[in-house]
Amino acid sequence: MQHSFSRRQFMRSGAVVGGSLALANYFPAWAQPVSAGITAPLPTLSGNDITLRIARQTMMIDGRPSKAIGINGTVPAPLIRLCEGQTVRLNVINDLVDEDSSIHWHGLLVPPQFDGVPGISFPGIRPRSSYLYEFPVKQSGTYWYHSHSGLQEQLGHYGPIVIDPAGEDPIKYDREHVIVLSDHSQISPEGIFRRMKVDPGHFNFQRQTLAGLLAGRDQTAKDRLEWGKMRMDPTDVSDATGPAYTYLVNGHGPFDNWTALFTPGQRVRLRIINASAMTTFNVRIPGLPLTIVQADGQNVMPVAVDEFQIGVAETYDAIVTPTEDKAFTLVGEAVDRSGMARATLAPRPGMAAEVPPLRKRPLATMKDMGMGDMSMGGMEGMDMSVGAQRGVDTTAEQNSSAKLATGAMAAISAAMDHGDMPMDHAGMAGMDHGAATGADAMAGMAPGAMGTAQGPMAGMDHGSMDMGSMKMRDFSNAPQVKKGPGVQTISPMPMDRTGEPGQGLENVGHKVLTYRDLMALERNPDVRAPSRSIDIHLTGNMERFMWSFDGEKMSDFHEPIPFIEGERVRVNLINDSMMGHPIHIHGHFFELVTGHGDRAPRKHTVIVQPGGKVTWDFTADAVGDWAFHCHLLYHMHAGMMRTVSVRPKGEAA
Amino acid sequence: MNRLFAALTTTSALALTVAAPAQAQSMQNMPGMSMPMPSKKPAAKRPAAKRPTPQRHPTARRTAPARHPPAKAGREPMENMPGIPGMSDGAAQSQMTGMDHRAMPMPGAPAQSGTMEGMDHSAMPGMEMPADQAGHDMSGMSSTEQTGTNLPAGNAPAPLPPMDHYADRQFPAGDMQQSRSSMMRESGGQSFNQVMFNLAEYQAHKGRDGYRWDGEAWFGGDVSRLTLKSEGEGAFREGVESAEIQALYSRAIGPYFNLQAGVRHDFEPGRPTTYAAVGFEGLAPYWFEVEGALFLSDKGDLLARLEGYYDQRITQRLVLQPRVELNLAAQDVPATRTGAGLSSAELGLRLRYEISRQFAPYIGVSYEAKTGQTARYARAEGEDPTRTSLVAGVRFWF
Repeated sequence: MQHSFSRRQFMRSGAVVGGSLALANYFPAWAQPVSAGITAPLPTLSGNDITLRIARQTMMIDGRPSKAIGINGTVPAPLIRLCEGQTVRLNVINDLVDEDSSIHWHGLLVPPQFDGVPGISFPGIRPRSSYLYEFPVKQSGTYWYHSHSGLQEQLGHYGPIVIDPAGEDPIKYDREHVIVLSDHSQISPEGIFRRMKVDPGHFNFQRQTLAGLLAGRDQTAKDRLEWGKMRMDPTDVSDATGPAYTYLVNGHGPFDNWTALFTPGQRVRLRIINASAMTTFNVRIPGLPLTIVQADGQNVMPVAVDEFQIGVAETYDAIVTPTEDKAFTLVGEAVDRSGMARATLAPRPGMAAEVPPLRKRPLATMKDMGMGDMSMGGMEGMDMSVGAQRGVDTTAEQNSSAKLATGAMAAISAAMDHGDMPMDHAGMAGMDHGAATGADAMAGMAPGAMGTAQGPMAGMDHGSMDMGSMKMRDFSNAPQVKKGPGVQTISPMPMDRTGEPGQGLENVGHKVLTYRDLMALERNPDVRAPSRSIDIHLTGNMERFMWSFDGEKMSDFHEPIPFIEGERVRVNLINDSMMGHPIHIHGHFFELVTGHGDRAPRKHTVIVQPGGKVTWDFTADAVGDWAFHCHLLYHMHAGMMRTVSVRPKGEAA
Repeated sequence: MNRLFAALTTTSALALTVAAPAQAQSMQNMPGMSMPMPSKKPAAKRPAAKRPTPQRHPTARRTAPARHPPAKAGREPMENMPGIPGMSDGAAQSQMTGMDHRAMPMPGAPAQSGTMEGMDHSAMPGMEMPADQAGHDMSGMSSTEQTGTNLPAGNAPAPLPPMDHYADRQFPAGDMQQSRSSMMRESGGQSFNQVMFNLAEYQAHKGRDGYRWDGEAWFGGDVSRLTLKSEGEGAFREGVESAEIQALYSRAIGPYFNLQAGVRHDFEPGRPTTYAAVGFEGLAPYWFEVEGALFLSDKGDLLARLEGYYDQRITQRLVLQPRVELNLAAQDVPATRTGAGLSSAELGLRLRYEISRQFAPYIGVSYEAKTGQTARYARAEGEDPTRTSLVAGVRFWF
């Protein structure tokens, strides 16, 4: 399926690439418009003494200059390549004129004074001053670093970290590329935050409209009334989104076409980091299966997938083995399909493959509101499948990356847009699962899709569960949550959704990674049973853009979440909102409770899907105060954060 | 691919119908990894008896079902079932998560569905359904070994939160205090402001054309705000007919509504009046923006006002806004020619185009009617109590 370029497209890409080459010094070596890959020793920052200088600068995105904050003159910041076992000294100079800054080493286990969170781990780095971070490197894998001051991260203050293992790397590869996904805006971060605060849904240009209703798209009139009664907008998938952002790969816009080179037959390791402020990406390389070998810097049993959802601050390492002498497109589609990050894997510079069109944006369902799987119990009218099958609003707008779609796939998408999904829930419900024993029957069906299939559940007596009386904001379902204007809904029936592929990926027709697919390559270091468990509710009000834990914002809640050193605790994160939240704890890894016993996947950040819940165990082994927050930058900025304190036994009150 | 199908067939034979793809993708087709195992495929078929400590072996995990005699393992999940009704605590959940459906005594997939059908969930009122059960995602139930994250959590008491800040030991307490308070403020404690004119329009109607505005400004945080409101109208070359301003303290009382209290001042020519005002403002079900207030004048007169509008999106940027405003009075107020009861009403229909969210020109029609005694006052002065206007204006905010 070799893609033939039209002459005009070629001229345009040529101009963009040429322009980007001229501006190549805006980018670190590994993020140059054409990357031959990184090989050790790297032309990036390594060694025991590293200097990082934070300053304002300009960056070029799709040929347009944009204001940014970079490090050592580049966005993303330079790759820091370390070796497990070394001790590194990082001298960070804040050259910002009038604001404090900081660097947090995301996922690195460091002493608390070097964790880099102003107000929790240290006082911050004043303008025109510096701070020396020094710590032993106790781990290996793919990580990243970013500012924890104000909204600087949105402006480009982020970069990758790669730590080579002390021993042999169990992951074999011939070439590697670092892929930093991010979102960048021409609007100042303060402007973005204010717009969302004063005008809910400000950046959502994919709402349901009358035109869409008349065209038979999205929800039916009956569903719209039901949702309107609840004052819930099913198109509210993400808040700062496509119209505000250009989605970047290594600092390059989708038209810049950042290109990673490979030689056919090579095993290429992609170290994919989501350094966005607000964007959950669905990542895939059409035509090339991805073998996930690492998540959040921790090796996992290899899992072959066609696509995966990466939350803000998560990292995944994937092995791809392109054997053909042709180009492939790496697509990082925003979860609400309002735009995409795009890069190319190619054997030679200057190539491009077909760019698939943006798929239909998902509509939130009752399940996303924490009301369980309503599609089972006679509530067909509110079943997502109805809306999902009807296609997206005719007037929905995406950002300029939508124009990149080329070739046959764009045509297919146009057809699909009329509601002809190759697989739908209605069809699934009628399926006889008993008959689906053969490989043939299964072949056309992604396991991810099975996660939501209702066939086997159909016989369950849900009728008597009285969904009709389920209240959206019943505090008796979450007694610890503080009542207040910041809590719009309480999930009456939050579900463990770690077996699902992520919002909008239920029926994409191929295998999508789920958290349950992840298994640690090595046995977990601590396999004790948790001595206790705690619930933490993720709460918010989309109409006021208020976000909090347990109904209380960081700004009005000062008591930390306490742990005793060495204690093993089970944490249940319950999402009482209709939006996914990537939750991150500093200074620790946690083991996801997804049924894998002592080989639970270890992570530092986990997406809690809308109306869902995630359970993890962790060992509070790092004494100090640590930040714990939603990694959606503006959610944290709105208050969705806490301090976690770990103290030696006896010292705690 | 052949291997994949082979694995699928194998696992299907083991009655693992639904889990099969998840299983198959785990090992047979992983070129990317050097793993500490001699041979992959035989391991998958090895009976359990030969591997007493499978949890130490990375490859053994996903082959668990083959190793367990179904009858024995089948007892485990059944024992766990009584834990389900009380599932709000973590322990029971983890047992549920650890349920090994594959180990249930069932010869094939149809029997599996049968087992599920037998479950009566009406008997489990407090149940939170884990997705794994709903989806039969067996990959998440790969182990019957009660170890690590499969173990239930205990119920040890939580420690009390410490009273100190750890970083104060490492940095000057004053510096930390300063950065802490600014971090707190930056994490939800910010203040914002907005000035919004829903109506700012030219009105063409019989007689002299006029103008009208209705706007609001606020400053403050999420809960407490200072709100200023103003509305009024006038005729060109005749000056302002009516103009009022309200200064209110606004407090969020729920997810959608603010309670407001303060003062209102009317600048009616020759007859300025000041009122105490108390009201509400917010978003009603079905996305109606509503607002209501009671006003008590310095002369003891009680008035009320109700307003509401609805933004019907025709496209992403074209919005039709029907709007209603009702003014009521508890008594006749001859001085302002206001009659008791419903004194006046305005029905408007405005179509705007959002060039940006902040700036949206519109056209529309507005019908204003004085009613009851108020209408009689008007007629007595030779005025028409009703007026229909064509309007054009801009809805904007900054």
